Amino acid sequence: MAAIHPVVMPVWGVIMTEGTVVKWLVAEGDDITPELEIVEIETTKVTGGLEAGVSGKLRRIVADNGSTLPTGALIAVISDPEVPEAEIESFVAGAKTEVPTAPVAPPQPATIRVGDIEINALRLGEDLPGTPLLLLHGFGGDLNTWLFNHGELASDRQVVAVDLPGHGGSSLAFGSGDLASLAGIVAGTLDALGISRVHVAGHSLGGGVALKLAELRSDRLASLTLIAPVGLGAEIGGNYIPDFIAADRTRAIKDVLGRLFADSAAVSRDMVEGVQRFKRLDGAGDALRTIADAVFPDGRQKEDLRRSLGQVPAMVIRGEADRLVSASHVTGLPASVEVITIADAGHMPQMEQPGPVNQAIRRQMAKADA
Amino acid sequence: MSELQLSQAQLLEAYRLMKTIRVFEERAMTEKMGGNVPGGTHLYAGEEASAVGVCMHLGPADQISSTHRGHGHSIAKGCDVDGMMAEIMGKGTGICGGKGGSQHIADLSKGMLGANGIVGAGSPIVCGAALSAQILGKQDVAVAFIGDGAFNQGTTAESLNLASIWKLPAIFVVEDNGFGEATSSAFVQAGEIVERAASFKIPAMKVDGVDFFAVYQAAGEAVSRARAGGGPSVIHTVVPRYFGHYAGDPDNYRTAEEKAAMRKDRDCLKRFRARVDETSLLDAAALDQIDADVEAAIASAADKGRAAPPPALESLTTDVYIRYV
Amino acid sequence: MPQKTFRQAINEALHQEMKRDDRVIVMGEDVAGGSGASGDKDAWGGAFGCTKGLLGAFGPARVRDTPITESAFIGAAGGAALTGLRPVAEIMYVDFVGVCLDQIMNQIAKFRYMFGGTASTPVVIRASYGAGRGGGSQHSQSLYPIFTHIPGLKVVVPSSPYDAKGLLAQAIRDDDPVVFLESKMLYNTTGEVPDGAYTIPFGEANIVREGGDVLLVAIGRMVGVAEEAAKTLETEGISCCVLDPRTPSPLDEDTILEKTEEIGRVVIVDESYPRCGLAADISSLIAERAFPSLKAPIRKVTPPHSPVPYAPVLERAFVPTPDRVVEAVRAVAKG
Repeated sequence: MAAIHPVVMPVWGVIMTEGTVVKWLVAEGDDITPELEIVEIETTKVTGGLEAGVSGKLRRIVADNGSTLPTGALIAVISDPEVPEAEIESFVAGAKTEVPTAPVAPPQPATIRVGDIEINALRLGEDLPGTPLLLLHGFGGDLNTWLFNHGELASDRQVVAVDLPGHGGSSLAFGSGDLASLAGIVAGTLDALGISRVHVAGHSLGGGVALKLAELRSDRLASLTLIAPVGLGAEIGGNYIPDFIAADRTRAIKDVLGRLFADSAAVSRDMVEGVQRFKRLDGAGDALRTIADAVFPDGRQKEDLRRSLGQVPAMVIRGEADRLVSASHVTGLPASVEVITIADAGHMPQMEQPGPVNQAIRRQMAKADA
Repeated sequence: MSELQLSQAQLLEAYRLMKTIRVFEERAMTEKMGGNVPGGTHLYAGEEASAVGVCMHLGPADQISSTHRGHGHSIAKGCDVDGMMAEIMGKGTGICGGKGGSQHIADLSKGMLGANGIVGAGSPIVCGAALSAQILGKQDVAVAFIGDGAFNQGTTAESLNLASIWKLPAIFVVEDNGFGEATSSAFVQAGEIVERAASFKIPAMKVDGVDFFAVYQAAGEAVSRARAGGGPSVIHTVVPRYFGHYAGDPDNYRTAEEKAAMRKDRDCLKRFRARVDETSLLDAAALDQIDADVEAAIASAADKGRAAPPPALESLTTDVYIRYV
Repeated sequence: MPQKTFRQAINEALHQEMKRDDRVIVMGEDVAGGSGASGDKDAWGGAFGCTKGLLGAFGPARVRDTPITESAFIGAAGGAALTGLRPVAEIMYVDFVGVCLDQIMNQIAKFRYMFGGTASTPVVIRASYGAGRGGGSQHSQSLYPIFTHIPGLKVVVPSSPYDAKGLLAQAIRDDDPVVFLESKMLYNTTGEVPDGAYTIPFGEANIVREGGDVLLVAIGRMVGVAEEAAKTLETEGISCCVLDPRTPSPLDEDTILEKTEEIGRVVIVDESYPRCGLAADISSLIAERAFPSLKAPIRKVTPPHSPVPYAPVLERAFVPTPDRVVEAVRAVAKG
């Protein structure tokens, strides 16, 4: 039987409730293959291409460029070529009359107290068995870095994403800001959550914190997945840290965030605004400077943490087009450390290519669990 | 008031200030007539004892606001005469960089919140300065020098009301020279100044403004009351205005006889000299020396002012904001 | 992220800034909720409820009900700012500026310049503005062009609760005098507002909505009107960018010109009078500096050159509506 395939507004990550059609990349009547990117969708955090997932012909574009729709809403119809026009017509009409289901309220983060410090943490899959996974974001980011990973990875285990001290919704005042102090606060957060043993995936600065955690508390770590991590080399490309701290106007922030991505056009207005809103908070600038001074004095990485790699089963992921962490950082690592290079990704592979990154994290955890 | 309450040094200082104002104004007139003052200027000659009698009680942390006739208050509050003269001449070395002119001379470091081109505008500003002192827990006072014209302005009525209900350490010195520009105050003013003040429950005194000692005593009471938390006062000083409303005013609305009599009989400097002479408090030679020193200082200020460069053109658009974009 | 009303956002900024800096005081008519009356203290929080709770938190020395004498208390705010305080003075309706304009225009705005750069006057003058509540001709005007005209003043007209809080905090911390105008129609609108204190810099436009066919420039309450129009137009296949300058002074000329060059069609939506108004000002900026990129004449959607009327049917006809914006956009989008 000839099939009709609805194309709907995708759900990328746990907090996405709607998306905007930026641009259709195909036209009605075009032949479609599963890997073909057919439309550019903008979410609150990032703009990305949606792959068709199926073969067929694009029969209808239902949502025009610029329209914003809830996740799950019909945006186009693909079908086998032989499906009659009338059937497509009635399918679209039927979909239009359906009341879109109210978006489910996104899960809310909780505030975890570690001494005087408040840590903003979002837990998914709390009741699931297995060793939990902890997600640590990079410098200037927050737990939304894991938008496309968090929900996906929480299908079979608890996954906790935290805002590091001085970031997101966590306290802007915290000790010295060096990796050891950040790792100590993260360990305290795990204590407060009653988690004794954990897999850790850390991105950039979060990777450095993860490595420090491995150095200080290897007994608590089941595995490490380090994505474009801090700690494996000295230089940081393109003066990123000082430029990120200095950027205040929209244009400057957009420019500096663009360096994180293989395709700088992936930076959405909302992503810029999110960073800008954070940076406007009283104390945010001081918090970032405190960490930068401790971890990246003079714009270079202070600590070499390669030695910590042997402590815990570890995997390193790097985007092929990463402009901040060069390829030399992931060469010459111990043989036990699997190195994965992700194509079409810059410094943010977990956002730019979430599929392969999620797969890698799963594989690393499964190996360690076994 | 006994002049014995003042030390010899204070008496000499009071005389020096009054003389400085007189000579400065005469010189300003000369320079205006000589074409060295590009804009309008209003001269304070004749009214010196009012400014000095009040300001002798004030320190740099006390604030004053002044009027379009502001040179006297500025000098009495310690503004630099070289800078003032250059300002009037529109020079870059002026006290405001040549951007303010005669009507906007100010020196915040001396507690001089500005001469003012708008009649009556200083009264609310002084309420604000007094409010600062009150809220910040300081003993400082703020003095609004205003004229008989300003006393008819709504701003002054509003300010008297505000100062009274908030018990502000504010003093309103109403310098009544008998004229609002060319119009006699008798023609435009209803009632008595002190009675108006009384209706706001503000203590008020009327004094002869050519009598330095009378002004000094009245101001002393008002300043002490304000510093002690007793609220505002009004001092009505009756003063002569030697020149017209502005330098160059033909001043033909007053008779020559009236003006001559005024200069002869209503001169605070002569009055001061006579008083200290009677009581043998000061040596005439010391006062003569001050006269000579002041003449030389003002002549030098005028020479420097004339020789000074105009403001740099780049300053046209600076100082509009502390930081705009 | 917590949702708060525009009113709460203003109130929160005042609370946080008064807590942050002892020199910040609040003064104006009824700001302490009606002093000296028989009922509860601070029962009211001022005409629009924005200052509620300040009296209890900071006491009567720093939160002052004033007589209805704008010249005296606005002038006093200026004088206090010259001498060490950072007053936030409220004019209940911006229309009342008529009785105290001298203190704003000739005194506060000019101290620094006249005094050769030696003065700083960190005062904020808050006032409600705008039509829509049946206030009539003397309680409904959008007078920000008057202040924008005066060098020495900064002028802020926020359009959302988030912007209101961040821009007010910036206004209070700013060392220059700031006139901060709040649309009375926005007080009950809600939006995401962080609990912590933050500031939004002046002179940076906000791109409220991206779009490629027509640029809508709007400020204050008109931002919502422009957004509504943009939603309607989207269904017709016309995509509008909505640009909110946030601060008429300083004006983010760069972003306005950049977006004009990118899009080529401009409609300016403004609630101030058309003659020498904000729309005229922005229109002249574009005509002078981005003319070659224009694909259609600039259109302005403003009230008529008339006072604000009282009768609801007239008042509704006075204020620009989404329908009028849609019509103007359709006209420029052709061809």
